[in-house]
Amino acid sequence: MMNVHSRSGPAIHADERSHEVDHPSSQLALFGADQPLRLDCGVDLSPFQIAYQTYGALNADRSNAILICHALTLDQHVANVHPVTGKPGWWETMVGPGRPIDTERYFIICPNVIGGCMGSTGPASINPATGKPWGLDFPIVTIPDMVRAQAMLLDRLGIETLFCVLGGSMGGMQVLQWTAAYPERVFSALPIACSTRHSAQNIAFHELGRQAVMADPDWHQGRYAEHGTHPHRGLGVARMAAHITYLSDAALHRKFGRRMQDRELPTFSFDADFQVESYLRYQGSSFVERFDSNSYLYLTRAMDYFDIAADHNGVLAKAFRGIKTRFCVVSFTSDWLFPTSESRALVHALNASSARVSFAEIETDRGHDAFLLDVSEFFDISRAFLQSAGKARGLDG
Amino acid sequence: MALQDQTLPLPGITPHRTESYRSDHLLVAEMVSPGSKVLDVGCGEGDLLQLLEGRGIDGRGIELSREGVNRCVAKGLAVVQGDADTDLVNYPDDAFDYVILSQTLQATRQPKTVLENLLRIGRRGIVSFPNFGFWKMRLQLLIGGHMPRTENLPATWYDTPNIHFCTIKDFVQLCDEISVKMERAVALDSFGRPLRLNLPWWVWNMFGEQGVFLLSRAGKGR
Repeated sequence: MMNVHSRSGPAIHADERSHEVDHPSSQLALFGADQPLRLDCGVDLSPFQIAYQTYGALNADRSNAILICHALTLDQHVANVHPVTGKPGWWETMVGPGRPIDTERYFIICPNVIGGCMGSTGPASINPATGKPWGLDFPIVTIPDMVRAQAMLLDRLGIETLFCVLGGSMGGMQVLQWTAAYPERVFSALPIACSTRHSAQNIAFHELGRQAVMADPDWHQGRYAEHGTHPHRGLGVARMAAHITYLSDAALHRKFGRRMQDRELPTFSFDADFQVESYLRYQGSSFVERFDSNSYLYLTRAMDYFDIAADHNGVLAKAFRGIKTRFCVVSFTSDWLFPTSESRALVHALNASSARVSFAEIETDRGHDAFLLDVSEFFDISRAFLQSAGKARGLDG
Repeated sequence: MALQDQTLPLPGITPHRTESYRSDHLLVAEMVSPGSKVLDVGCGEGDLLQLLEGRGIDGRGIELSREGVNRCVAKGLAVVQGDADTDLVNYPDDAFDYVILSQTLQATRQPKTVLENLLRIGRRGIVSFPNFGFWKMRLQLLIGGHMPRTENLPATWYDTPNIHFCTIKDFVQLCDEISVKMERAVALDSFGRPLRLNLPWWVWNMFGEQGVFLLSRAGKGR
């Protein structure tokens, strides 16, 4: 059970997953040859598509739109049943009627990022030039590229200004990029558990994950689709390692301790004797059923390259000079992947730009993943921030 | 879910209840001209900021305690976690019209540096602090022979966050020393009422339980 090292590999959702890549169960915006996406690497990506979900209704003066930017391995299915896994949306505790991001008040858009594998163009998509999946021929994309594509989507939807841009982790990086690149289009911003630049330690963890994928013989230099394989072992290991970074020592100890899995005594073997091992193996194997390996390589790379200050002569405050956007920065005490110190550096830069900023550090032992979990203080703060911003924006309850 | 049942304390919903605001807060709020931009250093749970925002003032806050910050943010206030002693340096010159230090100066490690930063960041500063020269304080030390404790300052000497107490007289001297101009000075008695203006300093220093000062950079003489 839950063995990512099994040779047969998970096939349960493989067909649904590959179907979603080009024919997503989402709304789709197609951009033809006349509207290429200018990538930071110098390539014009064309044609390309963006898959997105929306919730709630856009008001008459188009002032209640919220953009949710998703994290590395999440997607646009925020508050609906996931078409591949059949599981509830990843943020149903946060987004819905009467929830902090209230679908009865706001119009919510969540696009799949460029480079992703749930319907927006990425390495798993078919390259129109060859009729085969892009694989490693797909150009390297960056966080600014993702945001540029989202801005094109909003133009298509006729939304000039966003009431709020919000997201955690890689989603938070997109939020910050939005405010740096299009400050006049962002009324308020809620970057959660993120940073203005990816740290050396985080790049190191990503490199570990990528090397695990590439070391899997089923990877075939990224051409696994043509070989009828998927490097599920490598991707599973990458996920296991990454998952540890999303938790905390305290959370792991509380959840599993040294408890045994379905047994009283150690087996003196390499079976998953400990609950924590079994849990990680499950995380690895369930992840590979819904995620594309090359996408994982590209999206981790995009995060690695992220450094807002570098684009502004190394001075972070310059990125936010004169900005009118209202900010609420949130971090979590036990998050060691994007520690509070990173958020504090952002807040200092925003203060130096005289931006209107709130900054709350939430006490929790649940690590980086806390932003996805039921942490009531975080919900309270998000709700209150949106309500006070809504008041300033003239949105009525 | 419980989420839907939650009611949150929000600005605007709070009933207008002037009588429940602290008298020094009301005095401070009165010193701030409408439409200005204000930084409240050591804003606690945001009572003063809420009072100011209710008057159309663009208020921001810094607060040391995480609980205080999170309560402020949950009220929709723009408050960041930070330390007056270390974080004021991150703010640019002239970023605010007023920087307020309400009952905070005595808890800083470097009151003089904090005060200097106050008037660098803000064109004006408003400082309120408990007057250690208040007669009840003097009496407790003189007769009781112990460190004074009052209703407003109930902490014992070993657990008080207030490490730099001063008297109104001391504060006036500091302002002179760093060439800060006092535009307005008010001493409040133990009922929160302002003492009469024409009384001499020594009376204020004896009968004012707290001092509230509106300060600006010198240059216009004093």
